Amino acid sequence: MTALPRVSILLASATGVAYEILLIRLFSIVQWHHFAYMIISLALLGYGASGAFLSLTRPWWKNRFGSFFFFNLLLFAVSMPACYLLAQNISFHPEEMFWHPALLVNLLAIYLLLALPFFFLANAIGAALSHYRELGPGIYAADLVGAGLGALGIIMLLFILRPQHVLPLLSTLGAISALAALCEQHRCTRPAVVLLLGMGMLPWLVPGSWFEPAISPYKGLQQTLRITGTRILEEVSSPLGVLSVLESPRVPLRHAPGMSLKTTSEPPEQIGLFTDSEGPSVIVRDNGNPDALEYFDQLTSSLPYFLKQHGQVLILGAGGGSSVLQALRYGVQSVDAVELNPQVVDMVRNRYADFSGDIYNRPEVQIHIGEARGYSARSEKRYSLVQLPMLDGSGAASAGLHALNENYLYTVEALGDYYNLLAESGYISIGRWVRLPPRDTLKMVATAAQALANQNISEPERHLLLIRDWQTSLLLIKQSPFSKSEIELARRFCKNRNFDLVFYPGMPDGEANRYNILAAPYFHHGTTELLGSNPDAFISEYKFDIRPTTDNRPYFSHFFKWRTLPEILQLADQGGMPLLESGYLVLIATLLQALAASVVLILIPLWFLGQKKSAANSKASVFIYFAAIGMAFMFLEMAYIQRFIQYLHHPIYAVAVVLCSFLVFAGAGSAYSQRLASRLGNRKTVAIAVIAIALTGGAYLVLLDPVFQYTITLNDPSRIVISLALIAPLAFFMGMPFPMALASLSRNSAEQIPWAWGVNGCASVVSAVLATLTAIHLGFNLVVLISLGMYAVAYASFPAISDKMASR
Amino acid sequence: MSRHTIHKLILLAVAIAILLLIYQSAAGDPYSADRHRMVRSIEAEVRETSVYLDKEALDPRVILAMKAVPRDRFVPAGIRDQAYENRPLPIGHGQTISQPYIVAIMTDMIKPGPGDRVLEIGTGSGYQAAILGQLVDKVYTIEIIRELGEIAAPRLKDLGYHNIVTKIGDGYYGWEDEAPFDSIVVTAAASHIPPPLIKQLKPGGRMIIPVGSRFMAQQLVIVEKETSGNVITRQVLPVRFVPLTGEH
Repeated sequence: MTALPRVSILLASATGVAYEILLIRLFSIVQWHHFAYMIISLALLGYGASGAFLSLTRPWWKNRFGSFFFFNLLLFAVSMPACYLLAQNISFHPEEMFWHPALLVNLLAIYLLLALPFFFLANAIGAALSHYRELGPGIYAADLVGAGLGALGIIMLLFILRPQHVLPLLSTLGAISALAALCEQHRCTRPAVVLLLGMGMLPWLVPGSWFEPAISPYKGLQQTLRITGTRILEEVSSPLGVLSVLESPRVPLRHAPGMSLKTTSEPPEQIGLFTDSEGPSVIVRDNGNPDALEYFDQLTSSLPYFLKQHGQVLILGAGGGSSVLQALRYGVQSVDAVELNPQVVDMVRNRYADFSGDIYNRPEVQIHIGEARGYSARSEKRYSLVQLPMLDGSGAASAGLHALNENYLYTVEALGDYYNLLAESGYISIGRWVRLPPRDTLKMVATAAQALANQNISEPERHLLLIRDWQTSLLLIKQSPFSKSEIELARRFCKNRNFDLVFYPGMPDGEANRYNILAAPYFHHGTTELLGSNPDAFISEYKFDIRPTTDNRPYFSHFFKWRTLPEILQLADQGGMPLLESGYLVLIATLLQALAASVVLILIPLWFLGQKKSAANSKASVFIYFAAIGMAFMFLEMAYIQRFIQYLHHPIYAVAVVLCSFLVFAGAGSAYSQRLASRLGNRKTVAIAVIAIALTGGAYLVLLDPVFQYTITLNDPSRIVISLALIAPLAFFMGMPFPMALASLSRNSAEQIPWAWGVNGCASVVSAVLATLTAIHLGFNLVVLISLGMYAVAYASFPAISDKMASR
Repeated sequence: MSRHTIHKLILLAVAIAILLLIYQSAAGDPYSADRHRMVRSIEAEVRETSVYLDKEALDPRVILAMKAVPRDRFVPAGIRDQAYENRPLPIGHGQTISQPYIVAIMTDMIKPGPGDRVLEIGTGSGYQAAILGQLVDKVYTIEIIRELGEIAAPRLKDLGYHNIVTKIGDGYYGWEDEAPFDSIVVTAAASHIPPPLIKQLKPGGRMIIPVGSRFMAQQLVIVEKETSGNVITRQVLPVRFVPLTGEH
């Protein structure tokens, strides 16, 4: 073997990361996002498993590295589509698992199948790192740069292709990487080329329907499709999700949450927009007949329009446009509507323009494609109403399915931004689904109170008004205190529709809980306490987490408190299960499974290595070092992805830019570390890297906010350049500690390299989950601090065994 | 043959007949014991939840109905052995048969009377309709998914529920020809309560709607049409849980 396998590893790594992101997309369509996250996290333990396998079989593959490397890449290429197809055929419905634990066997089978491609890929890379010893930094650089390009590539591909159509392409790329390996080994014959390319093309011959995601029958779209006459008019796809447009002419959709019990009107015809089979958001037919839209008058969300005539309205999350139509119904002169998904806007603006009454092309409507926070941070307009409609489905809200999603729309800082957009006496209007016992609504009140306090408003309670029906709540935050006449109008609005007043300044207790009666006036009581003299005591005693959400801890839908768990478990048979939040528990389950699997995967080879002469303390330090840098890298990467999502104001672009630049710059750092080490030695290089990471990471904790604030109004390309400039130095040094330690190990304890590779793989999986858990409870700043601490720990335990060699 | 012998033979024949009858009844309903055990567990759970349900025990008539309806006949053959576990089960077409505990308390909450006419929106497996069929005069049930409706209708007929009328169609408009109803059971929540259903509810009548996912009822919404015609809702957790520490 003559050439360093840079090209094959770069290609294979790119394919591997692309496959990982693609699987998350595919399983988010099939199941729900957090189950996708769990399944793929566990599958990534294929990396850890490869460490164990390589350790145990090292004597065997050491002498036939070339073939071993090639065949693992080949198996990687073949197993990607094959394992996905097999996993698709295993029945698994997460909710059913609560009742039917035997389904865990199916889940395990899915993990194992999906882990196989990662296992083969990691075998190839891990063996190469071990085989090329001192040249490891070059291999690792190719791995990181490939991964970065793969992340960027797949996100771009998902704009063009449906996820299931990308799979054959990745298999072909995998086969090309195997072919590249043959070429690097100078074994590239014509028959081999033909055979490999033929194998790579095989998945293209498989009927397309085989790769179609087998969507859970319990998702909203699948449920709706059971109804006679419903049909999907079209489907488009992007990294934001698969958008399905559905019509149901025989049994109309009639989506009208928060509609009064007193109404006699029926919503007009609607077209449903489902994202990843969840929803719907609707496009309402507007044929110009105002009577057909009478149902708007009967919705909780219409309250702000009954309090006063609005001039300029901002809608954050316009979706299919029903909120825009609602605003126009009440004579609003100008509506700015912000929508993240350009495909949704295209549907309403072009393809269903006739159906929607050309709503997005009307002169009084301006559409802004982008993220709500970005718009509100940059806009210089002032609005008499800023509206945040309910966009998620009630099913998802009730099952706690969004518990793990970061949400920057409902944080203290976000409400502060919206508040600053208000004209004098303007309102922010926030609609939410009602959950029992109360959670979302109370957390929104706590967040709003904090946001108002941050605006130096001494009596936040005078600026808040909250109503509800049996299913929805509407919180109004006013720029100035509510007047008596406004309160009187709100009372009349509620009385005429049997909505309940939950809170207004000075509301007597007896006025609460009249029409939609709960065992006790929980909402009124909770709101009064949160706006009273000691909200912290109430928040602490409450059985769910209703602390205000901040940009540092942006988990609005996370309500779980550990101390409530025993009580809920006791109530499982009495219908207590919905009190659990599946999202959070799935995260815990993922962590426990990953930890258990990691212990096994790390201990097995350790036992084997125990037969060798390596000193026990060297094994301990190798473990601590590689676990610490695996964890530190993942913690920093995840924390900064979140920070830059806020700054770049787009979840997809931010992830693409940040992930790609992190990995590519880290790859550059890894490549450069070899040169630095030749002058300074490995240990000193690691010292320099750790000091640089600590200084940069520490400085960013303080400096990022002002830099972001100062530059937030710049255009997208400028902010991307600034992001790259900020990420580059940090990531560059983060790429150094791993290859330096490998290079050191390779001199005296080369047999430990595969094990160290496995430890690092396991640590990456476990720490990805731990980072989310830490952020949920303690915030992202602490995630950064822990990471910096981990780098210090890593330096302290820099594999002792290599000291003499390293310091040469 | 002596008279004594004849008497003995007759006695023997009667004994055999009785044994056969017992055997037959046991063989005919092998799930009887399971069903009784399920009902006992429901009763125990209701006692636990009594504070919230505002009663110590379910209506004895509801208990009898739960004991009488063979749930095993309403689930797919492959999972019949799980029919009497107190949990929801998948019945195909993305639907489930509800947890028996939830069925029991939902039925109890509408206070079914022997002379009542009840409308059900969402026949599903037909189990809830069968329970109601034991308790009221007439049940009208509408299923929107054709395949489910086509299975449930003959199933209910085979089991002898002649007071249950089934229909496949859109439940939003209720069953106007047979309105008004004493109670309405809606087996899955929509984005709003259909105005035609409220209209078809008798003054003093009750409508019940479970809110949540197919496998878990998050809360039960009872819609009450007061004699004045005013409509209110009561929202009940199916479980004894208060959100604040120390609050009872």
